[in-house]
Amino acid sequence: MKKRYLLVVLLILSGVSLFVGVSSLSPLDLLDFQSEETQIFLISRMPRLVAILLAGAGMSIAGLIMQQLSRNKFVSPTTAGTLDATRLGILVAMLLFANASMLEKMAVAFLFALGGTFLFMQILDRIKFKDAIFIPLVGLMFGNILSSVTTFFAYRADVIQNMSAWLQGDFSMIMKGRYELLYISIPILIIAYLYANRFTVAGMGEDFSKNLGLGYRRVVNIGLGLVALITATVVLTVGVIPFLGLIIPNIISIFKGDHLQKTLPHTALAGAIFLLVCDILGRVIIYPYEISISLMVGVIGSGIFLILLFRRKAYA
Amino acid sequence: MIQVRSLSKFYGKKPVVEEVSVDIQPGKITSFIGPNGAGKSTLLSMVSRLLDADTGEVLVDNADVRRMKSQEFAKRVSILKQSNHMNVRLTIRELVSFGRFPYSKGRLTEEDERIVEQSLEYMHLTEMEDSFLDELSGGQRQRAFIAMVIAQDTDYILLDEPLNNLDMKHSVQIMKILRRLVDELGKTVVIVLHDINFASVYSDRIVAMKDGKVVKDGPTEEIIQSEALSEIYDMDIPIREMDNCRICVYFNS
Repeated sequence: MKKRYLLVVLLILSGVSLFVGVSSLSPLDLLDFQSEETQIFLISRMPRLVAILLAGAGMSIAGLIMQQLSRNKFVSPTTAGTLDATRLGILVAMLLFANASMLEKMAVAFLFALGGTFLFMQILDRIKFKDAIFIPLVGLMFGNILSSVTTFFAYRADVIQNMSAWLQGDFSMIMKGRYELLYISIPILIIAYLYANRFTVAGMGEDFSKNLGLGYRRVVNIGLGLVALITATVVLTVGVIPFLGLIIPNIISIFKGDHLQKTLPHTALAGAIFLLVCDILGRVIIYPYEISISLMVGVIGSGIFLILLFRRKAYA
Repeated sequence: MIQVRSLSKFYGKKPVVEEVSVDIQPGKITSFIGPNGAGKSTLLSMVSRLLDADTGEVLVDNADVRRMKSQEFAKRVSILKQSNHMNVRLTIRELVSFGRFPYSKGRLTEEDERIVEQSLEYMHLTEMEDSFLDELSGGQRQRAFIAMVIAQDTDYILLDEPLNNLDMKHSVQIMKILRRLVDELGKTVVIVLHDINFASVYSDRIVAMKDGKVVKDGPTEEIIQSEALSEIYDMDIPIREMDNCRICVYFNS
């Protein structure tokens, strides 16, 4: 899997994505800047594409960093409670500030995502039985506890409907003015790339890192901070996209190994491609209606996840 | 020289290492032997700063290790722990390149590349440098880790039970490599060993520990003696000389 090929595939799919939709649009329409088609293109289609690319790349990298730092291939924002903690954070923001602005929600969601992830890592430290499957199960349970707390308070405050919007990842609501927060992912991805070597070393354990003179704790904290930031921005703008951070890094790891400096670009590209494919399929299957992205990714993703699980078994 | 000065470590109130003082001579192989739970690994971890000592100090070439920057320390002392069976998919070359991390933070200079190349050659790993670690046998993996330590280019190399889970052939291979590191490259090797005969045949000095204390410390010929060994292991250990090796025949004693 060469980076070049992934890039070509990504460009082609991006083109397809721009011209698939309820209102028919052709590249020729864009020649007229004033036309309704051009307006749709600029207000809806472009933002949607950008959102998909950033969310896809971001969530995959978040998963990759988590797997490396927790030294477990099945840990990701989905299986470590990060997503659930973020939702709890959004609820708290909605309850605390009556008309919370995007930035206020962002800040609170980020703090909760960070807290939830750290709590999970603490649990991980204390568990002696470090089985590859057992750890993500603990994470899922931890996530469900957070999730039930969220549901309880959302029910009490009568915002269940509102909350469920954050549960379902959905790109159909993405429009100009509602997705720009996602641009935070770009600097985060750059920082992640600069730290790639440190994450790889940290992924080989505390003793190993110390032997090479690496400040282990600091690197882990920075990594989890990046994960929490990405997750918070994606959940706030798009909603929950399950499995993405789990399957993409695993697939890339099988082919390219775990040297993050080499695999990070592939993982980001593959994540964006996967999400694009799911989005295009979701828009086409029951045309002119749409299947939400979280459902599409959930179905395809859980299928791939099962294949990965069985593959693992064949190894052992 | 590494000087250990009245070093102690407590787990709760129980001392694991108690008031240990020992000098590690440069340019030699020093083996730490002793029964399980004697505190050998804990001592090694404290010397290499993986663990903080409760009391006492460690001096490397007269400098207190606690005052050294982690990066500087990583250029002087390296340690390989026994639990390196990690599930990270790196190629041998990638792993060995990380030995240069203290120098270049992962962006390898030409000098770094040259040293990585040499380390791979030294361990006869050049041909399989692109194999992933998780596809290797235990002996090959251990060689890859030692190649990384060679690339790290420290004067002092500490190894915690490097022969664990290795078969006879690979154990001998590893010990011969360590011997060469000392004789050819002038390194100082400190090693925790369970097999007393490997300690006898390959080391220059032996430090014996028991219940967290050093009970014997001296040249190999002085320690590999029936009397000394029975004090360390609480069992009768006859010694036979063959082919210039002093072999402990403890299997039926």
